[in-house]
Amino acid sequence: MTAYLVRRVGLMLLTLLGISIIIFVLLRLVPGNMVDILFDSAGMVDPAEKTRIAAELGLDKSIPEQYLVWISGLLHGDLGFSYVSEKSALREILPRIPVTARLALSAIAFAVLLGVPFGVISAVRQNSAIDYGLRVISLAGLSMPSFWLGLMVLMGFAALTGTLPVYTEAPKTTLDAVLLVAVPAMTVGFRSSALIMRLTRSAMLEVLRQDYVRTARAKGAGAGRVNFHHALRNALLPVITVIGLETAFLIGGLIVTETVFNIPGLARFLVESIRNRDYPIVQNLVMLTAFIVVMINFLVDLLYAALDPRVRLGA
Amino acid sequence: MNRIWQNAAALLMVAGGAMAQTPKSGGIMKIYQRDSPASASIHEEATFSNQVPFMGIFNNLVLFRQDMPVNTPETIAPELADSWAWSDDKKTLTFKLHPGVKWHDGKPFTSADVKCTIDLLQNKLADKFRKNPRRSWYANVEAVVPNGDLEVAFKLGRPQMSMLSMLASGYAPMYPCHVSTRDMRTNPIGTGPFKFVEFKQNEVIRLAKNPDYWRRGKPYLDGIDFPIITNRATAMLAFIAGKVDMTMPTEVTQAILRDIKTQAPKAICKMVPTNVHINLIVNREKPPFDNADLRRAMALTIDRKAFIDILFEGDADMGGALLPGPEGIWGMPKAMLTALPGYSPDIAASRAAARALMVKAGYGPDKHLAIKVSTRNIPTYRDPAVILLDQLKEIYVDATLDIVETSVWFGKIERKDYAVGLNLTGNAVDDPDQAFYENYGCGSERNVTAYCSPELQKAFDAQSVETDVAKRRQMVWAIDTQLQNDIARPVIVHQRAGTCWSPDVHGYTQMSNSSYNGFRFEDVWLDR
Repeated sequence: MTAYLVRRVGLMLLTLLGISIIIFVLLRLVPGNMVDILFDSAGMVDPAEKTRIAAELGLDKSIPEQYLVWISGLLHGDLGFSYVSEKSALREILPRIPVTARLALSAIAFAVLLGVPFGVISAVRQNSAIDYGLRVISLAGLSMPSFWLGLMVLMGFAALTGTLPVYTEAPKTTLDAVLLVAVPAMTVGFRSSALIMRLTRSAMLEVLRQDYVRTARAKGAGAGRVNFHHALRNALLPVITVIGLETAFLIGGLIVTETVFNIPGLARFLVESIRNRDYPIVQNLVMLTAFIVVMINFLVDLLYAALDPRVRLGA
Repeated sequence: MNRIWQNAAALLMVAGGAMAQTPKSGGIMKIYQRDSPASASIHEEATFSNQVPFMGIFNNLVLFRQDMPVNTPETIAPELADSWAWSDDKKTLTFKLHPGVKWHDGKPFTSADVKCTIDLLQNKLADKFRKNPRRSWYANVEAVVPNGDLEVAFKLGRPQMSMLSMLASGYAPMYPCHVSTRDMRTNPIGTGPFKFVEFKQNEVIRLAKNPDYWRRGKPYLDGIDFPIITNRATAMLAFIAGKVDMTMPTEVTQAILRDIKTQAPKAICKMVPTNVHINLIVNREKPPFDNADLRRAMALTIDRKAFIDILFEGDADMGGALLPGPEGIWGMPKAMLTALPGYSPDIAASRAAARALMVKAGYGPDKHLAIKVSTRNIPTYRDPAVILLDQLKEIYVDATLDIVETSVWFGKIERKDYAVGLNLTGNAVDDPDQAFYENYGCGSERNVTAYCSPELQKAFDAQSVETDVAKRRQMVWAIDTQLQNDIARPVIVHQRAGTCWSPDVHGYTQMSNSSYNGFRFEDVWLDR
């Protein structure tokens, strides 16, 4: 187990190092640099002023030099400063983490609570009206683009309640606070729940046909025990992988939802920073997302072992 | 007797109406903001995304009256300067400053701050702006000379009547000497009716009432919040649902206006010219466009009415380099316009002439000219570019669209790294000096077509020193005619756009010949 952990941590560090190099180089290969964009917002270009600003921002150094400055700062906890806001990158990023984390975790919780039980029901009642109904709904969930669904939800809310669950100020009541998270979380979680439901259903169908399930039934185990204790536990392995991937995706992939619901989270901030070529923010945000993805994958692997005794981590 | 009662009732109604219009103090107004501005420093930016939220923090020496929709030299009103006077030779402009004005941090405002501001704009100080897009506005200022704390004189190289108009623009706030340019970008200090509270990128910009504002009793609002809502559909829904009191100025299109009128019928909306025009840019240094006949043919094929009908549902204007009337004060009259190449209502005749020019240049039905039309990757650029492509087909030009990301657009056209493009140009002040020198001046950074006429350059200077408005107007029309005849940068259409606000909002006037001067908000109040 210890050897496994050491190996995994080493691999994780290598992955993060690779990502850091790729993102750093890619950002600088994309046409248009920070100085161009700064001057774009001013609508003019003065080569002398551009050169001065490039030097001020350290962009006149070679790419390897710039990389070393960034990575050594990162290792010392200095994330640099936003070229746009001129505030410390940490100060810009930190307040946005809980906003996105709350939304992503609520969305995934909604998706799991909806997707797993409905997946089981759909499998157990295969080819029944319920199964067909759930499959149609899940197909709709996978097919509807989230920006469209988000706008429909907003328009429905505005028409029915005369209010709108979009962020324009800090919520004044608990209900406002809940709505501001719950509505976008359900909108984005609907797609994930559809994916989880369909995966749970197919995994369950496969497991339900196994001999040990038939044996359990023959021994007189009740339907609930067979379906949820014996079958679901084994069917969950591929589902957990997907849940892990979906969680990781949601941390960095909520761009559309954050834009439509006007949530000041990480994903929208990342897109805005890429648009502005705000290198320190983009680099650090991508590293943060990469770290979360790597950690989630690691946790999923550990969960495999907990759920399936056949998996031996040290092997 | 009945007549007496009727008159009394009418008087009461008038008095009641007047009382209803008495401004009320209090309340936080919310205006949605379309994006995060690059900084809070007005002098360093060239977009009204910066100006709408931050103009209320500052004062100018003089300012266009905020209750008049059309900015003219006659609507310039005192602000930090109580009065101003021109010397006899019109080369010195002296301002008497208002006494007792304090910056938001409590330090006194003096003539030294005026000098500092102009020195900063002329790059004369050690602490420089990161960007300085309007330095050219002050090129004619030789020195700013304080005379005691409350008087300051602008010494000009030559008479320039537009100087006062430029100083009255929202782009000319006074900055404090004692605050660094970096701080002004992140935590601005002004003398204005509102104090800066916070700017959270992608979230909100917040201003609070300046309780020590030197104009007693103002502002009426306790503060203004600008929630940043980047998705226009969400923003309009937020306005309809009453989450914000006002849309971002000029963000309402004709199609959106219809939706708002249906879903929020009590909303007050105004569609006005923005003094932004869509134009065709042709790089005259790049063959085959170094051929004047080709450039003229492209101008002749433009059907401006089609642009206006398709893009603006008929609600936009044809004009030359300057905004046409009645809102624009320098634009050419319609009769002059129709005589210009490509402005005739007889499009078929114009295109026949254009095709003849193309044949003369060696192109025709069997030999089409293949070109790329570059444009910025945002709808306001892309949509007209698509129409242009279609119209170019009429004269044997097969054009494809070259979509350029915003981040590289300005760099690309300023490097002249394009052949043909579709561009948008905005004028902050409705004054020929700004439009001519900036967009058509020899060597100007924003003259992206490399058009340069030494003869017209002299004419720019001549109109600039002319103090007789009627005479100057004739000179300006002659210059504009020449620019259009030279196909310097064919203006396709002057845009119109709208702003909507809730009926609770009072005291706001939508400016109609500039999008950059009307956001002081000190007269705005909420009735609720």
